[in-house]
Amino acid sequence: MSKAKEDSILSVTDLSICFKTRNGLTKAVKSVDFEIARGETLAIVGESGSGKSVTCYSLLGLIPQPPGVIESGTAQFTTEEDKRDLLSSDKATLRSLLGDKIAVIFQDPMTCLNPYLTVGEQLIEPLCQHKNQSRSQARERAIELLEEVGIKDAETRFGSYPHEFSGGMRQRVMIAMALITEPELLIADEPTTALDVTIQAQILELLDRLKKQRNIALIFISHDLSVVASIAERVAVMRAGEIVESGDTQQIFQQPQHPYTQQLLASVPSGPKPRQSFQPGPADQPLLRVEHLKTVFQGSSAGLFAPRPPATIAVDDVSFELRHREVLGLVGESGSGKSTLGRSVIQLIKPTAGSVSLDGQELTQLRPKQLKPLRQRMQMIFQDPYASLNPRMTVFDTLAEPLLYHRIAKRKNISAQVLALMDDVGLAHADIRKYPHEFSGGQRQRIAIGRAIATKPELIIADEPVSALDVTIQAQILDLILALVERHNLSMLFISHDLSVVRSIADRVLVMHHGKLVESGATEALWAAPSAAYTRSLLAAVPHL
Amino acid sequence: MENSPLLEAALPAEKGSSLWRDAWHRLQKNKMALLGLGVMVTMCIAALLTPWITVYGYEEQNLLLGASPPSAEHWLGTDTLGRDLLTRILYGSRISLAVGFIATAVALLIGVIYGTVAGYMGGRVDAAMMRLVDILYALPFMIFIILLMVIFGRNILLLFLAIGAVEWLTMARIVRGQVQSLRQQEFVEAAVSIGLGPWAIIRRHLIPNTLGPVIVYTTLTIPNVMLLESFLSFLGLGIQPPQSSWGLLISYGVETMEEYPWLLIFPGLALSITLFALNFLGDGLRDALDPRAAKD
Amino acid sequence: MARFILMRLLQAIPVLLVVITVTFFLVRLAPGGPFSAEKAVPAEVLKALEARYQLDQPVIYQYFSYLGDLAHGDFGPSFKYPGRSVNEMIAAGLPATAELGLYAMCFALLIGASAGIIAALKPNSAQDYIPMSTAMLGICLPSFLLGPLLMLVFGVWLEWVPVSGWGDIPGDKILPALTLASGYTAYIARLSRGGMLEVMSQDYIRTARAKGLPEWKVVLKHGLRGGMIPVIAFIGPAFAGLLSGSFVVETIFQIPGLGRFYVQAAFNRDYTMIMGTTVLFATLIILFNLLADIVAVWLNPRLRDLYRSGGA
Repeated sequence: MSKAKEDSILSVTDLSICFKTRNGLTKAVKSVDFEIARGETLAIVGESGSGKSVTCYSLLGLIPQPPGVIESGTAQFTTEEDKRDLLSSDKATLRSLLGDKIAVIFQDPMTCLNPYLTVGEQLIEPLCQHKNQSRSQARERAIELLEEVGIKDAETRFGSYPHEFSGGMRQRVMIAMALITEPELLIADEPTTALDVTIQAQILELLDRLKKQRNIALIFISHDLSVVASIAERVAVMRAGEIVESGDTQQIFQQPQHPYTQQLLASVPSGPKPRQSFQPGPADQPLLRVEHLKTVFQGSSAGLFAPRPPATIAVDDVSFELRHREVLGLVGESGSGKSTLGRSVIQLIKPTAGSVSLDGQELTQLRPKQLKPLRQRMQMIFQDPYASLNPRMTVFDTLAEPLLYHRIAKRKNISAQVLALMDDVGLAHADIRKYPHEFSGGQRQRIAIGRAIATKPELIIADEPVSALDVTIQAQILDLILALVERHNLSMLFISHDLSVVRSIADRVLVMHHGKLVESGATEALWAAPSAAYTRSLLAAVPHL
Repeated sequence: MENSPLLEAALPAEKGSSLWRDAWHRLQKNKMALLGLGVMVTMCIAALLTPWITVYGYEEQNLLLGASPPSAEHWLGTDTLGRDLLTRILYGSRISLAVGFIATAVALLIGVIYGTVAGYMGGRVDAAMMRLVDILYALPFMIFIILLMVIFGRNILLLFLAIGAVEWLTMARIVRGQVQSLRQQEFVEAAVSIGLGPWAIIRRHLIPNTLGPVIVYTTLTIPNVMLLESFLSFLGLGIQPPQSSWGLLISYGVETMEEYPWLLIFPGLALSITLFALNFLGDGLRDALDPRAAKD
Repeated sequence: MARFILMRLLQAIPVLLVVITVTFFLVRLAPGGPFSAEKAVPAEVLKALEARYQLDQPVIYQYFSYLGDLAHGDFGPSFKYPGRSVNEMIAAGLPATAELGLYAMCFALLIGASAGIIAALKPNSAQDYIPMSTAMLGICLPSFLLGPLLMLVFGVWLEWVPVSGWGDIPGDKILPALTLASGYTAYIARLSRGGMLEVMSQDYIRTARAKGLPEWKVVLKHGLRGGMIPVIAFIGPAFAGLLSGSFVVETIFQIPGLGRFYVQAAFNRDYTMIMGTTVLFATLIILFNLLADIVAVWLNPRLRDLYRSGGA
């Protein structure tokens, strides 16, 4: 704190923001104070809706007003030349600072770069706007900086469009764009959330290095405590618009004072799977056997005579077995084919070659009618709890559908069964007539899980079931899944990109890369001694608390 | 699903608010859309009751009176044959509204079925079906309709068919696009993995979710169709006199507009007000049913 | 890209063939021929006429003979205006129609796009409602109503502009162009409003604002291109529609354009003239749709790459 006092670049006091909604005023930020010094990294941590982004965007005039209203507060921004209150500055003053002294890195490099302009054009914009540089000067500087952030062949890439870059490369461009005017304050809003874990590690390292070289103050907004632990010197924890606790990173992570901070830290998955009272079935009689599975996507063209993209091999010669009562983790980065593998197993996608057998029964050759009785025995939980529920069906409709369809329940006692199912997944009886949009993400996922276990299946494919959820909710849903596995003797293929989550739930793990299985083994053994190079790099990239 | 009887016994629980109810609440906030709805309801009632509420017959001539400006006896004046203009506009509304609703229904039926099938089947079937739509789009339809009307005479059934044949194309495209994007939604995958057959998926999961855009587009098709009918009647290719339709009245109005401007202005107003009402209603519905608006 | 254009042009051939065939047989299927309206035509004259226009030959023969002529770009002689070919008549009528369509398109684009953009900058405010309600007028006042009304007000009552004619007096082209443009103006206004609203809510607009760019630069440089894509897609078909829909305006304002010829030809059963104009309009629709697609691809770097890399 002492450092901040001496060399403070931004000092925010008593900031309150509310939004006008249909139901009146909603307080988004409540009397927030924080301070950041030159060369320091301050992380603002919180779950979705905690007001962490709103807080920062309001300082920059980037929240739409209306509906946003800044009720009170000051934000002293001190540069080498002068000192001013950002919140009471007029638009023109703010604009002269933005993109010059203060720069922002946004979350999704996919959508945050203009797809219609070349990367170079977007890069030099701040220079031309604020430093009155000619285009050729700016171009030279931009190419230098592109090289510095690790983009090879920067000269030619300067004229490329954003879609010609990969996600990680795009985020490097974003960083270059933010740094091009040599700002004194950098605000990074979830800069690595949309990236794979290995790319995340690279971007974090890059950010940290550039920041140190330039002595920039960095405000790092994140929901991910592990990431924060690796980059920030100080942390402010936000919940429901308030900073509940702030201080030195070390101190907060080791001795959290506020109960919410404690709960947050406890929710971060870490360490192995808790001991269970039962053992997986024998290896020689697996529930599911997958052999040489291959799924190829024929590219479909956008129009009749539009060019057809080349075919992609999403799953390439994959074989594995899943025992009774086993939770098998399947990890891989985006595009590794893990979701396609899950869908091919459960026959949502017809595999191109290979075999999938459930309890000795071959599935790939069956027609939809023949498959129907088997569908009862295998179910799926999807990633997005917003998209996986029919918005026009109530909880009752959603849960009753599989019961009635497979004639598990009679119409007479259907409501009793639905209620029992709701108990099972921890939903209140009173919510039975509600529609999905009336629920939070975690509750929706409970509904989706209820639907999956309604038919008393043996096999469940869970495709990233907790990735869309906040960390505290994620912990609750993981607990629920583990409890259900135990209670109903379920076997589960648990697909996730998050290695810590997989470690906390899986007995065995499969690692997938570019459509192929690169490694498999018992979870803890694999963690202790990964044999494939890819697994090693994956594990090394995981940030720790 | 007829859930209510099953549930009533079990639970006295509070009611959830469906997306329809939410949409209705949002629509109620939109004054112009409500006004549009009000105008349309009034107009439909007036059209239905026309034979009972009008004082004059639509063919009743009063040659002595001739074309007279609006007066206490003839609120909107009379035409050159001394026929009451208000009466003729009301009778015209029956034709215009009937054409609007019936031709739209034809377009709706063909479009929804065609679009759903194409979108659900996907692949080659979809490509072939949509190629047909593309080809039909490339035809100069206005010209064909004129040709049809000239050649086969002014047959009202043909009019419905011809208009329906034009309007279903866009409906099919909209529905197909909806179905296609819905098919990739996880809740449809969930339905497949439960084991539901294609028909159950279409009926329970796809159609209820395409209803919003279909309703919106229907509301916007009706004015298009009425416009087309008026247009054809205006050209002398639609409804035959002495029956009246708004297009026909406008066409007469144009001939005499320098001497008797009310003969152009009042039928024109009737048509424009109806089009306004339907368009505002359609826009209001679009905003009310927009899933993005539903989030806040 | 060249390959794409070639494929589309090849695809146009069957479409045109369908149009030709359907029109050809439709016209001949109808009761009554081109000369039946004239009462006092002696039998031998009628026969001579029919022989001259090959109407005494079997229909199939007529069809293929017509196709053969068409392949050479010959639309044949007019049935109603002896001594004039359809080619001549189209050449006489097309310039006025094209000019009218061009003016109307310019009006529609200028007024429509600016109204839509202005409305999108401040949604649900007076700045939105006023231009958009005005645009609604364009949809709800169809050309056959708006034209006469404009004529009545500006031509008859106020006497500001001439009520009819084309190119005789300066200013006589304003009312027809405005009338023809009104509906399209309204659609373009709505499309550009929608497109701009969509684009202005994109993340990259926030990035542009975070660079401290002035708002006009954010809108024009970062927003406009994406926001205008739906409008571009609409212009192609719209222009074709303008040309083939101009006959109302041509009739109302007595403009010697192609549309008027077409309506007359339809009433007169002038077979070759009907065929000629229909084929011309169909070709124009196909060409303008193709043009719109090319522009849309060219505007979108991602699509441009896809097409450049080839494949079909």
